Amino acid sequence: MFKKLAIGAAFALALTPAASFAAGGGDQHIEDFAFSFEGPFGTWDQNQLQRGLQIYTEVCAACHGLQYVPLRDLEALGYNEEQVITYAADNFEVFDPELDDFRPAIPTDHFPANTAVGAPDLSLMAKARAGFHGPYGLGINQLVKGMGGAEYIASLLDGYTGKEKEEAGTILYENTAFPGGWISMGPPLADEQVEFADGHSNSVEHMSEDVAAFLMWAAEPKLMDRKNAGFVGVIFLSILSVLLYLVNKRLWAPHKGKLRPED
Amino acid sequence: MSGIPHDHYEPKSDGEKWLNSRLPIVGLLYDTLMIPTPKNLNWWWIWGIVLAFCLALQIVTGIILVMHYTPHVDLAFASVEHIMRNVNGGYFIRYLHMNGASLFFVAVYIHMFRGLYYGSYKAPREITWIIGMLIYLMMMGTAFMGYVLPWGQMSFWGATVITGLFGAIPFVGEAIQTWLLGGPAVDNATLNRFFSLHYLLPFIIAALVIVHIWAFHTTGNNNPTGVEVRRGSKAEAEKDTLPFWPYFVIKDLFALAVILVVFWAIVGFMPNYLGHPDNYIEANPLVTPAHIVPEWYFLPFYAILRAFTGEVWVVQFASFITGGIIDAKFFGVIAMFGAILAMALAPWLDTSSVRSGKYRPMFKWWFYLLIIDFFALMWLGAMPAEEPYATFSLIASAYWFAYFFVILPILGVIEKPLTPPETIEEDFNAHYGKADAEATPAE
Repeated sequence: MFKKLAIGAAFALALTPAASFAAGGGDQHIEDFAFSFEGPFGTWDQNQLQRGLQIYTEVCAACHGLQYVPLRDLEALGYNEEQVITYAADNFEVFDPELDDFRPAIPTDHFPANTAVGAPDLSLMAKARAGFHGPYGLGINQLVKGMGGAEYIASLLDGYTGKEKEEAGTILYENTAFPGGWISMGPPLADEQVEFADGHSNSVEHMSEDVAAFLMWAAEPKLMDRKNAGFVGVIFLSILSVLLYLVNKRLWAPHKGKLRPED
Repeated sequence: MSGIPHDHYEPKSDGEKWLNSRLPIVGLLYDTLMIPTPKNLNWWWIWGIVLAFCLALQIVTGIILVMHYTPHVDLAFASVEHIMRNVNGGYFIRYLHMNGASLFFVAVYIHMFRGLYYGSYKAPREITWIIGMLIYLMMMGTAFMGYVLPWGQMSFWGATVITGLFGAIPFVGEAIQTWLLGGPAVDNATLNRFFSLHYLLPFIIAALVIVHIWAFHTTGNNNPTGVEVRRGSKAEAEKDTLPFWPYFVIKDLFALAVILVVFWAIVGFMPNYLGHPDNYIEANPLVTPAHIVPEWYFLPFYAILRAFTGEVWVVQFASFITGGIIDAKFFGVIAMFGAILAMALAPWLDTSSVRSGKYRPMFKWWFYLLIIDFFALMWLGAMPAEEPYATFSLIASAYWFAYFFVILPILGVIEKPLTPPETIEEDFNAHYGKADAEATPAE
């Protein structure tokens, strides 16, 4: 009876006229990209993550840090140890307190923080934004679409309309995904800005998707392990449930007048 | 232990007798585990064991997390990321702990509403109910302080808002707030004391759980009919009951396993669904988030807190007769704690002679409305503080208080309850038929 009630309550809320509850900021447009890592069965597209890393390194890293991500974790993207050593040394310098000087990064270092222009760190960006909130702010659509962090990032990068305005000495750019519609980051990507070794399309839309996927990996590097642990647990607990159901049924049967002891 | 008559532990071997005459611990465990339990308990009675499991889960995962966590404003956020990325299995342990809090509150709310429907709070079980409310309050305190520890934006700003409530107390509020925070604002001292208390309180909860169990083992369990177990003799009691072990242990474990399938799926596939994205941004005292929203399990009471603004006549009236001592902010705080106090007072506010809501035709509908009201408040608590939500919150809050302070007392007088069955045995047999093998033990 409680169950019926709970469902009833949910329905009552769901059926309430939409017009009266239009929550603020409803003009945000988040595209529901179909990422390969989504859903219980989704897996990383390793090529996409590598392309995303390339975009991050060539474009985003100029302003944004990735301070919580250890460089050694890049082996999960399909690189071998040598490649990670080369990548770290070629691209980043870190401050070493023992040398009291900067030196080329090694795999045990993290990606450096970058606070040069006050841009936010991107390590957790894909978990720090939710693309989907509805309906009526209940967040129920996240059950189907996921939190939408990667979708938010991709939509934002691909959401510039080209309009600009100046406000208190800062240039703001119109963006269809950003709350409020105006963002202070200029359009970071342009078509054909990054050349991929695999010849994959480098339109803004595709690059947005690739870098968003990479940032999802950066935010949740254990995503696949977690889903595996989820499956193992769900399967074992389901078997345990069935066994306990049968034990319980057998145990109670003599007291419920349904089973004679000799049956 | 007094209570329903049943067999007690008899030490047989010399060794057992030796131990029993010095420490009767086996007898205590035996009596606890073999307590005669009404055999007609339905599935709403399984949440107690889920709660016990949650407490154990939170303590075990929590102790492991503490091994890798650093309670310092500069290091806390990074240490959580260290757990998520570098500690073996750390990501899963943390997500278990995070979502374990939600399972804990799902279970406690269902457990409480079960008690409210079946009249479990009524005499002679008032103490069990009151202890339960204390546990619930401590759970809220523990969960709130635990949410501060990752030192994200919602941690920081949630702590600022909630400790600010104490600042609303007239005259001494500011001093109390400073004392709680260990300084003028939420800072390292706050984080450290919250960490200390977050570790301590679960053990106090565990002690209270023992008292809670002790209390209802003395009165016996309530049951869906609200009819008491016959206690005239052991034989009579055995017609109404079955021992907790194995009958209810197995039944409860089955239910727990099913619930854990769902829980595990949430932890494995969508562990951040119930959290807030802003908490993945490190705390920054200079940037206030657009919406400061507490965790879902606080939302109903948060909605009540916000409902009483300065424009509500009750608030203006209270302010007028107290000469402004009770302002809108303090009124909201009183309302929020009052909403919980109202539940605690239910044993004395409910005047009905019939215990179970099953036999109360009018009560049922008011109770269903209370459930809807609870969900409505939960949703309203997450909405911005503007119209039309403010008005809805006020109406929903008013119903919450009306249910306890007006409807429960009046219903007992004007309602004509149905007649409950004479005995639990009668109710059980009406459902399952009279067992032929009544005396045969299950094999």
